[in-house]
Amino acid sequence: MGKWFKEFIKGLVLSNPIFVLALGLCPALAVTNSLDNALGMSAAVIFVLLCSNVLVALIRTWVASIVRIPVFIVIIATFVTMVSLTFEAYMPVLYESLGIYLPLIVVNCIILGRAEAFASRNRLSLSVADALGMGLGFTLAIVIIAVIRETLGSGSLSLFEHVLFSFPVLEQQPVSLFLLPAGAFLVIGLLLAAFRRVGLIKNE
Amino acid sequence: MSNILTIFIGMALINNFVLVKFLGLCPFFGVSKKLSNAASMGLAVTLVMFLASAVTWPITHYILAPLEAEFMSTVTYILVIATLVQIMELFIMRTNYGLYSAFGIYLALITTNCAVLGVTLVNARESFNFIESLASALGAGAGFALVLIIMSGIRERLDTSNLPKSMKGLPVAFLTAALLGLAFSGFSGMV
Repeated sequence: MGKWFKEFIKGLVLSNPIFVLALGLCPALAVTNSLDNALGMSAAVIFVLLCSNVLVALIRTWVASIVRIPVFIVIIATFVTMVSLTFEAYMPVLYESLGIYLPLIVVNCIILGRAEAFASRNRLSLSVADALGMGLGFTLAIVIIAVIRETLGSGSLSLFEHVLFSFPVLEQQPVSLFLLPAGAFLVIGLLLAAFRRVGLIKNE
Repeated sequence: MSNILTIFIGMALINNFVLVKFLGLCPFFGVSKKLSNAASMGLAVTLVMFLASAVTWPITHYILAPLEAEFMSTVTYILVIATLVQIMELFIMRTNYGLYSAFGIYLALITTNCAVLGVTLVNARESFNFIESLASALGAGAGFALVLIIMSGIRERLDTSNLPKSMKGLPVAFLTAALLGLAFSGFSGMV
């Protein structure tokens, strides 16, 4: 149990996929213009990461090592197709706003990276812990970025059409820079520097 | 003709893959430390994008569409790209060893570069015709290479500059990208 917990907790802070490993940056920047999009993307990534880690861990002894990468990619692409069909059917608004970033989960380096570096070498229970930890670490990171960008960029923060809080002054004069692509780079760069400054992440 | 040019400019500058669409960020931050590497990577990505668009277009329109199997497009595209990269690697290794060693491992890494899958998905979504797909691939590749080369030039200078310790490396690269992104947003009214 101790080992299981250790594999689970490492993804949250110590090897956070976004801030420490710098993997899967494309969705982290692209969908963090609103909290809804960030949560939708996180749900999709956790599902794909969990399913692919489980399947890879189960078949790891049968797959010849030369063909393992193509096999992993096909497994991941299958789960991504399932997610994107589900989103299209039940959450059309979210599906539209995630756009091409939903199918692009296939090439999200976190998922292939975990399949190759962890699930293909470890037993099932540890692979589940790894997938959940990495998935939640990813969620944590992109939710932080999305909260900052949406709050500063539109003056209020809303969750599925339910306004959580708003700043009247910012709402009249929102800093729309934060909703622009440049704002995404700015927020993640400053967060990274701040985390290093306070010692949460090691300096290079 | 003007339509083709619009698509090319649109993909290269206005919807720049790296700075506006956030595609291909891993090589953008990973390979932009030296100018020569950045140029090889930009060239390799452009080549793969062009070939991938040329191959996926007939597959989409003559195989997937008649069978009504468009939901298979993501799986198909990624397999096409992986195969293409492998074949290209073998071909370049046999015919031009100098170029092969210049590309190094970057060629293999392109399989998981989201910019390549991204361009094939964009082509399918915008329902471009064959020539338009090729133009959009070349535009996306040119835009990627341009930004990668600009970034590597800046990072070579940043290496020797006196930065706060916690800013060194990745954080300052992100801030540079933010400034580049602001500059590129000036192109947005062009077409």
